[in-house]
Amino acid sequence: MTTLLIVLPLGAALLVWLLPLNRISAGSLALLAALVEVGIWIQLLVRYDFHRGGLQYEQQRSWFSDLHVSYHVGVYGFSVWLIGLTVVVMAAAIAYAFWVGREQTRAYMGLMLLLTGSIVGVFAAQDLLLFYAFFEAMLIPLYVLVGVWGGPGRLGATLKFVIYTMAGSLLMLAAIIVYGLSQDTFDLVDIHSSSSNWIFLGFVAAFAIKAPLFPLHGWLPDAYRESTPEVAAVLSGVVSKAAAYGFLRIAVAKFPEPAQHFRGFILALAAVGLVYGSLLAFRAPDVRGIVAYSSLAQMSLITMGVFAVNDLGLDGSVLQMVNHGLVSAALFLLAGMVERRTLTGDLTRIGGMARGRPALATMLMTTGVIALAVPLSSAFAGEFLILAGVFRRGWGWAAVGAVASVLAAMYVLRLVSAVLHREVGPAVSDAALDLRPAELGVVVPLVACLLVLSAWPAAVSGHSFRGDRPQADVNAQFR
Amino acid sequence: MIPRPHIDWFALAPVNSLLAASALALLCAVLVPRPWRKPVAAALCGVGYAVAIGFVIALYVRSGQGSGVVADAVRRDRLAELAGIIIAGSGLLATALSYGERWREDHTGEYYALLAAAGGGMLFFVSANNLLTLFLGLEWFSISLYILCAVDRDRLGGLEAALKYLVIGGFGSAVLLFGSALVYGATGVLDFAGIASAGREHDALLLVGLAMIVAGLGFKASAAPFHMWTPDVYEGAPTPVTAFMAAATKTAALVVTLRVLVTAFPGDAHIWTVAVAAIAVFSLAVGNLAALVQKGVKRMLAYSSISHAGFMLIPISAESALGGRALLYYLVPYAAMSIGAFAVVAARERELGVPVTIDNLAGFGWERPLLGISMWAFMLGFAGFPLTGGFVGKFYAFAAAYRHGWTWLVIVGVIATLVSLYYYLAVIRAMFMRRTEELQLAGGTVSGGSPPRELLLQSTVCACLVVTVGSFFAVQPLIDLAKHAANGLPF
Repeated sequence: MTTLLIVLPLGAALLVWLLPLNRISAGSLALLAALVEVGIWIQLLVRYDFHRGGLQYEQQRSWFSDLHVSYHVGVYGFSVWLIGLTVVVMAAAIAYAFWVGREQTRAYMGLMLLLTGSIVGVFAAQDLLLFYAFFEAMLIPLYVLVGVWGGPGRLGATLKFVIYTMAGSLLMLAAIIVYGLSQDTFDLVDIHSSSSNWIFLGFVAAFAIKAPLFPLHGWLPDAYRESTPEVAAVLSGVVSKAAAYGFLRIAVAKFPEPAQHFRGFILALAAVGLVYGSLLAFRAPDVRGIVAYSSLAQMSLITMGVFAVNDLGLDGSVLQMVNHGLVSAALFLLAGMVERRTLTGDLTRIGGMARGRPALATMLMTTGVIALAVPLSSAFAGEFLILAGVFRRGWGWAAVGAVASVLAAMYVLRLVSAVLHREVGPAVSDAALDLRPAELGVVVPLVACLLVLSAWPAAVSGHSFRGDRPQADVNAQFR
Repeated sequence: MIPRPHIDWFALAPVNSLLAASALALLCAVLVPRPWRKPVAAALCGVGYAVAIGFVIALYVRSGQGSGVVADAVRRDRLAELAGIIIAGSGLLATALSYGERWREDHTGEYYALLAAAGGGMLFFVSANNLLTLFLGLEWFSISLYILCAVDRDRLGGLEAALKYLVIGGFGSAVLLFGSALVYGATGVLDFAGIASAGREHDALLLVGLAMIVAGLGFKASAAPFHMWTPDVYEGAPTPVTAFMAAATKTAALVVTLRVLVTAFPGDAHIWTVAVAAIAVFSLAVGNLAALVQKGVKRMLAYSSISHAGFMLIPISAESALGGRALLYYLVPYAAMSIGAFAVVAARERELGVPVTIDNLAGFGWERPLLGISMWAFMLGFAGFPLTGGFVGKFYAFAAAYRHGWTWLVIVGVIATLVSLYYYLAVIRAMFMRRTEELQLAGGTVSGGSPPRELLLQSTVCACLVVTVGSFFAVQPLIDLAKHAANGLPF
């Protein structure tokens, strides 16, 4: 089943590329594949034995034996949720792209499907080299998706994005080579933990760039602004989670001593990123800027939770990964819908869109309220768990986090009021319609997932680790 | 009566089939009427390569134990045969690629004759077992290549390229010959195993000779600092010839470097491993930095081939069976990517009638999706992305360096890979992310080629694509082939 989840989108991508389809049929085929993927994931969710936990739906085949590299995939509790996040957000993104009607539909849809397959692969890979291969394979479609279909500044944005991420990835490759060869296996399950600071830092560099963490976020604003809304949704919603997953699955679990040694340093970087990202989001001049920088802040928060390495922090970070993935995907898609109506995301030129557009107002408001973590929302649960977790590592970290949640409220409210309220902006014409049914069809599922999670956050936080004892699970390296 | 050694005709069959093809193609230049000359000569050359591939495969299967044949002058082992498969495969693809090339048709017979002869020379070269056959093979294919570079007289820069190649290549050969003479002076024997067992490891004469042999081979592998001919020659030569040189010459030179160093100079390994690593690092630096600023695609690919010489010298410098496997594995996707990339350049060149620069690739990927996507794969492969064999090749090379205890070399390689991304992605950027309207050409454009010729070119590109991507998935079988080949060497 795990292999099917990886291979199905790849096969569909090949079909979309090779068959001489027109725009409608290519889009439908891609959407169908994405929905089938969601269906398979639901099967996985239903059949995964959360009670037993641990690695399930495992498959292993030798890839090249002399260096002990194999195709080894499987899922843990938390990977089930992250794969779910991936397939849901990708389906929404593909549906939105289909509705908007991107040029060169076949190429676009094929790349989106390729991206789906590689992200699922990242979350399922249980071999270091396979993990790396999927991690890099994500970059290939993203590079083209941003570079070909992006905004006017796309060339600079992609270049920056690729150079940044590859710098990190190649450090990780060096780390993987050293780590795997010194232990004589590349299998993530079998490989023993290491106490080497250098290898640890190689991995951390890759994940810190991909997440991103302060001060390695230079690529973020351009990439999020210049890409199409659905690609930005995928980038911030899902791709950044690959980094958080890496922190959890590899950095913390396989390098307990270095993780402890560098904990203060990484928590400090995350704390700075949290506050700095929130401030930048508050000062950002456009809709996407706010969402982009809030993503920096949220990823910092998730990283804090992971590096707290205790039950509360780990549970909270997994929950928050799913939350933030859904929230930021929904916000980026909504930003795209607003931009389609106003042709700009400039906050000074839009405003007053709530009047006569109840659906847009409701969706943006609901997502916004969840994003700012009001009590009873799933994001509140996630943030609370993370802050409680880092509190155990020092009250200072939690204090910074608390300040940041106030800032989060400020930037989300600014976003909501700038788009929906105030007087009607010059770029908003009366002819601009409310959300169309198709657009609602894209956003409502995401928001519905968020509402379900708000009602039952323990669905994720209580079903991510073996026996619901995260710290013990991490200490046992998920074996 | 002079005593005649026993001759293993089977071992010489690949070389002989190419020589026969070459001779027949030459005859065809005289005997076949002009309109038929090109198809007949090309077919002869292609058949020659195909037969040679058949023979090397048969030889690979039947040469489990390496042995010296023809009075020990030629080595019949799996290392030579595996390299032979790569070389003859490249030759076949280069033949297909040449067919659609637009040039005056008065010397096509000679062209294909030389192409076959060059391949024969390389096959002989990789199986050389003493310094004399080594030099003979080197000169044999080099002289063929000198002429091939200049064969298109209408091509701007072709003659310059050929002359430069002749002068510098001649210098390289002379260095190699001088080095061989010094080694012979030090040991009194010519064959590699004999040199190793002569027990003169620390003889200054031998070390100077070793250095000169490495330098001479470095010229052919276009490793820095022996690379200065490469950009001009790659740019000036007809594109199919460039493709052949990039893939086959490099394969031959690197495999022979591995063989000579490991079999003839094991006693001085502590010296030559460091020297080879230094050459590798220098090649990586020069190739990558210079490629950053290139406008012409062929020139950029030339520098990229210099940097790849560096990447593939890394496993040689590791002096281990793992290193041998890494080199032989890496050569397979590398050869495919080189030929494929130059084939795409050739297609664009035929379309536009001008040298291809990064700028005039604008929009090419959308106009010709097959070629565009293939070029995408080749560039990603050069850059070492997954889904291409280039990734596994780099991984193996770095792994060999790490096993040798040289983590610093891994770091250097990783940094070089990062730098190389910039110029490989520039090609993809131009092809897919810029519009055709941005394309501005000085002269008028030539219309596209006729369908059958394009079909050959496209099948060439497809074959290269299949090898490039396939080698990522089929690592185990390729590594097994490489392992058997490398096991013949005395590590």
